[in-house]
Amino acid sequence: MVEGPPRRVIPNLRNAVDKRFSRIVTAGAMSTFVVLALIALFLLVRSAEVFKEFGISFLTESKWDAGSGDASQPAVFGIAAMLVGSVIVATMAMILAFPFVIGVSLFLEYYVGKKIRAVLVAILDLMAAIPSIIYGLWGYLVLMPHAAGWASTINKYFGWIPIFSVDVENFDASPFISALVLGMMIIPIACSVTREVYSRAPRDQIAAAYALGSSRWGAIRAVVLPFGKSGLIGGMLLGLGRALGETIAVLLTLNLVFEVKFQVLASAGGNVASLIASRFGEATPLESKALMAAGLILFILTLTVNFGASFIVNRSTKDAS
Amino acid sequence: MSAVIAENSAVAAVPSPKKPWVNRRESVRDTVPSLIIAVGVAVASVLLTGLAGPLGFYVTFVISFLVASFVSGLRHDSVKAIDKAMATLITAGFVTAFIPWVSILFTVFKRGASAFYLGYFTNDMAVTSADDDLGMGGLSHAIVGSVIILAIASLIAIPFGIITAVYITEVKGRLRGLVRVMVQSMSGVPSVVAGLFIYAVVVSKFGFSGVAGALALSILMLPTVARTAEEVLKLVPDDLRSAAYALGASQTATTFRIVLPTARSGLITASMLGLARVAGETAPLILTAFYSAIFSLKVTGQPLASLPMYVYQNFTTGTDTALTRAWGGAAVLLGMIFILFILARLSGGRSRR
Amino acid sequence: MANDENDLITGVSAQVPIAVSAVSFDSEVVGEQGLRTQGIHVWFAKHHVLEDVCLDFPANSVTGLIGPSGCGKSTFLRVLNRMHEFIPTAAMAGEVFLDGEEIYGPKVDATAVRLKVGMVFQKPNPFPSMTIAQNVLAGLKLANIKVLDKDSLLEECLMRAGLWKEVKDRLKASGSSLSGGQQQRLCIARALAVKPKVLLMDEPCSALDPASTLKVEETIVQLSSDMTIVIVTHNMQQAARVSDYCAFFLSDGGPGQVVEADRTAVIFSSPTDARTADYVQGRFG
Repeated sequence: MVEGPPRRVIPNLRNAVDKRFSRIVTAGAMSTFVVLALIALFLLVRSAEVFKEFGISFLTESKWDAGSGDASQPAVFGIAAMLVGSVIVATMAMILAFPFVIGVSLFLEYYVGKKIRAVLVAILDLMAAIPSIIYGLWGYLVLMPHAAGWASTINKYFGWIPIFSVDVENFDASPFISALVLGMMIIPIACSVTREVYSRAPRDQIAAAYALGSSRWGAIRAVVLPFGKSGLIGGMLLGLGRALGETIAVLLTLNLVFEVKFQVLASAGGNVASLIASRFGEATPLESKALMAAGLILFILTLTVNFGASFIVNRSTKDAS
Repeated sequence: MSAVIAENSAVAAVPSPKKPWVNRRESVRDTVPSLIIAVGVAVASVLLTGLAGPLGFYVTFVISFLVASFVSGLRHDSVKAIDKAMATLITAGFVTAFIPWVSILFTVFKRGASAFYLGYFTNDMAVTSADDDLGMGGLSHAIVGSVIILAIASLIAIPFGIITAVYITEVKGRLRGLVRVMVQSMSGVPSVVAGLFIYAVVVSKFGFSGVAGALALSILMLPTVARTAEEVLKLVPDDLRSAAYALGASQTATTFRIVLPTARSGLITASMLGLARVAGETAPLILTAFYSAIFSLKVTGQPLASLPMYVYQNFTTGTDTALTRAWGGAAVLLGMIFILFILARLSGGRSRR
Repeated sequence: MANDENDLITGVSAQVPIAVSAVSFDSEVVGEQGLRTQGIHVWFAKHHVLEDVCLDFPANSVTGLIGPSGCGKSTFLRVLNRMHEFIPTAAMAGEVFLDGEEIYGPKVDATAVRLKVGMVFQKPNPFPSMTIAQNVLAGLKLANIKVLDKDSLLEECLMRAGLWKEVKDRLKASGSSLSGGQQQRLCIARALAVKPKVLLMDEPCSALDPASTLKVEETIVQLSSDMTIVIVTHNMQQAARVSDYCAFFLSDGGPGQVVEADRTAVIFSSPTDARTADYVQGRFG
């Protein structure tokens, strides 16, 4: 039961100027809704025909053939190879980047003084701004000669493990090399989140650990790492979202082959984004619709990962004491 | 028992401040031997075993330094040993992560410089073919094209981004939670999908054009501008708004005359950051503005060159001179992005950690 | 917390302070054992915050550090367990002797010092990622101390901290699932597990309710039967209840100093210095 005299209703009479302002601003902000909805809509509409014709096989078929336009050689479109490729390259990139994300973030927050940290963080942000075309260029022309050598060494000693085996002794433009480049691109992105979370580890618990006679690493292990767990995961997921949608770096460093392959050192692979970029140029009408369908799948994939990432990061910032 | 109370007579000389816990000699004595051992082992392993050149040296150096620090830490106790080893490992991780980036910067500017000559910035590639030597041709068309496309993209993304931020922080509309989610989603759109969308809507009807490229880039730019602008607007203290309202100002006047001007430098930062993010995007441009070798200011009806596409085209051409030109384009592109970044920091509206 | 390597050593070599005698409550009691400080000065960069503190802490007793806030009592506490040096601008002069050994000596390991001189903080800070049992034994794990019978050590520490009965059935619960007073006693148990000779307490009850405060005070008195305790407190009644000796810190705008130090009874009933009398009777602070 609400106590007291009845509450007054206060009229919200805004003047005309403010009403108009409010309307314009709201309309402007709604543009975000509109753009996203349009993207989803257009992709759906254009790809509807493809989904109708191929159904679920679009996701399971790995062959991509535009056919000859007549009934003798029908077009077959499937992104299975590219989807698997996307996942393989992105996962490898994450695995490669993971220890470095932790190491770089811990180093910046707990192993250097304030002034040096400011400089290094500025440099890290600059590295995050390097465009992917330059990563791709460098990856192909500078890294690949070395990385192909490492790949052949790995193959020599560990080739008995299936993923490290190859059918042909050619180590150029492999998922391994792509993953190396993608890993480099992920590190600054993941670090920006992880570093922030590590810096917010509760100082009083760190003091408690030191007061117990702990070393620096002991305090990090007891307080910082458990505290920063969800921030680290969130940061890595953010990087994963970037890696899944990365087009040009993969295009330049990976040899597109339409076959589901789990051999990471072999010169074959692909991801959905580079498929779109490489094929749309001479695409037949049906093929460009298929590319739209691929784009839609990619969009859904990265959106899911991104939402997961921000959900986890937001939860960790809420938990921060 | 009685107490002996101090005679706190005025002390004749206050001692000088010291830091007895800083023991440079001890820490040097701890690290230098490990360092020397590590170098020795690394050199030996490179010469004696099959491990190849610089990488082999680096890897063996790191591993032996790690082991050496651990062992030297054992002189005290195992906790110290682990602490030392981890410090070495983490530092090594940091350095290793930085090496590739340093290599990128180094390569881009070194190899790119070989493409530079006096006419590089004023000529285009209209009459130069891929095999002509580096004293001919240039990237004027790419620079101008990039500038035009980015300018148009900014004209779209910056106002909309700021308006969206104003909606969230000033107007505080009922849908503002949802709008933030939308902005978040937009930042997750892969660049190639943005290009694909504009291709479906614009290019399929009107062909490649600079405007199409700008539209695709604005989709990618808007979320960055909106998010940064929102943070900046939130930093404007509420007292300022209260003071304006108390004077009888409308929300419109408060926003335009008080809030936005106060946040101006931060908004400039937001715009620069958005620009820096999209300046290097290639994939959307492949599908929208494509490429032309000719210097042009026409934004509709025909493809328009851009720096990223210039790099891409030269890369796919693949001859030695083309590759050098690609590096040259990369150097100009990187330089442009760094300048944008520095401008963003200088107008420093956002406080960074 | 990174150690800043900036050195504040000026061209002048260290000078031994002239004309200072140590405040000791009874030289025979302290002797070579126990905790002694000599001529402690503390700076933060150029800012002189503590001047010439010479205090001896008798074994198996509680010494209260009292005085208005901002006089450097907590800072002095941190000098005693080498936590002061974590602040980048920190500098000091003077010596601290624990059982005859100078803890800032060139070969002394700071972490070893902290094992002998434990600390309990103002705000209870158990590790949330660990259970109650893990919290108590955390110090052992961090310092890699091997103990044969963990369970009896666990019980002993929790008993001495006065917490055993309340948590013995939920040792696996998270450390942060306890009330404020229980958390603080958990932190005391945690500090006890590494068997320190001295326990420093920085206003341990200021964040607790009166009932928990009483329990913690009981614990402090019981613990003092076999360890040296130094407690900073703003609450004079607490100092009167808990401590055997008191040192009164005061700052007149400059660096803090020890004005008077004596048995608690003397400080409260017949202090020598007028300023002490004023503070103790509540006329300021």
